[in-house]
Amino acid sequence: MSPPISMVLPMTDAQTVFDAWWGWPPPVLDPAGPYAESVTVLAWALFAMGAVVTAIVAAALYVALFGPAKLKARIGGEKTVWIMGIAFPGVVLLGLLVWGLTLTASLTDPIRGDEQRIRVTGHMWWWDVEYLDAQGRVVLRDANEVHLPVGRPVVLELRSADVIHSFWVPNLSGKKDMIPGRTNLLKVQAEKAGYFGGVCAEYCGGPHALMGFVAVAHEDADYRRFIAGEPLGVPSLAEQQDVPGQLPALARRTGAVAPVSAQAGAVGGALDGEALFMANGCAACHRVAGTEANGLAGPDLTHLSRRLTLAAGVLPNNRGSLQGWIADSQAIKPGNRMPSYDLLSAQDVAAIAEWLDTPR
Amino acid sequence: MAAACKAPAESRHDFDDKAAERGRIVAAAAGCAACHRLPGIDWPQGRAGPDLTAFDGRGPIAGALPNTPGNLAAFVRNAPAAKPGSTMPAMPITPSEARDVAAYLYGIADD
Repeated sequence: MSPPISMVLPMTDAQTVFDAWWGWPPPVLDPAGPYAESVTVLAWALFAMGAVVTAIVAAALYVALFGPAKLKARIGGEKTVWIMGIAFPGVVLLGLLVWGLTLTASLTDPIRGDEQRIRVTGHMWWWDVEYLDAQGRVVLRDANEVHLPVGRPVVLELRSADVIHSFWVPNLSGKKDMIPGRTNLLKVQAEKAGYFGGVCAEYCGGPHALMGFVAVAHEDADYRRFIAGEPLGVPSLAEQQDVPGQLPALARRTGAVAPVSAQAGAVGGALDGEALFMANGCAACHRVAGTEANGLAGPDLTHLSRRLTLAAGVLPNNRGSLQGWIADSQAIKPGNRMPSYDLLSAQDVAAIAEWLDTPR
Repeated sequence: MAAACKAPAESRHDFDDKAAERGRIVAAAAGCAACHRLPGIDWPQGRAGPDLTAFDGRGPIAGALPNTPGNLAAFVRNAPAAKPGSTMPAMPITPSEARDVAAYLYGIADD
């Protein structure tokens, strides 16, 4: 069997959560900010302690089996048990406990007021993401992506709409549960621009394994454009090399390689995608700002045209996967709460996809 | 007689294994499997488009175009341009990636 795709794609082409997780070192050992850094240091310290203890046990076993009788007599007494069996582990484990608890507490620093606030609500099986201003008003509503400004602290306000989920971007911090009825805080900071994979780390039923997202850290200017709802940069065709697998994710996303608007003979263009969207009940679950669609049960589709992924981090977002998702989402993510719209004609699906894919 | 049956210079049977493997990766990254069942891609296995198992034995591309590597590469990159009215949309891949995807598809053998 050929290796899974997530194992062969280069990190630079990160597009879905699977792509973002490929590479060495693994994200959990590759901190991209101070909060993840402290978790990684603790992880290595625990690994080192484990290695030391294993070495001591192996040495003791060797002495017990093959060691000289004199040495065995000297270290075989009750004193060794007191020192190596009780005092040593007691001191070490207590130290690690204090370290771990202090570190965990430091990951949820109290809000100072100058951080970017982002409210993330876990749903079965997607993420509702709201960007808040200092007063807590929603500035932008989006889904399945968390955009961060590089070098600035961000406070994530984590909630759940149904069952317990867990928010985890290993490059940025430890896991934090999203518990119904509670708001858990997690502070993150990205020190470099890039894509970081995130997942739900608490089994939440059905297609839990396909509940991912991509965290994107932007330089300041790009971040402001994101918050303003503007389209993100489109790399020009001239800058792109025609090397397989070497295309920036955003270039694929924006269709710069195969401009959809320039399609000859494209179907669906003559149909009214917005009318079809409304007539087929899509608006009952999805919101598209500026239209009548105001459903809250599913992801906000206002800015779908600039999302990197579909279906919560798992499919690359392009016209093909969007049409395939609308037509038969149950074949892709079995059990998800969107029905397969297999009663629609391919032309209708294409028209809806075209309307959704319009920058707004 | 044999000369009359000779395969055209640009043949579907004459693809490069390395290109086919690159094409498989491109097809997976572009999300072709959101609609098509494709051997070599474990997930997803979409049903909205034709099942492409045993593609090596297929007739004309999309039931319409002569089955040559050039036509197939053009079709997978921009289907509506290659076959007006096709409900498969243009895909965000480069021309050389499209040629690799064609090699990958030709390499899908009956199994």
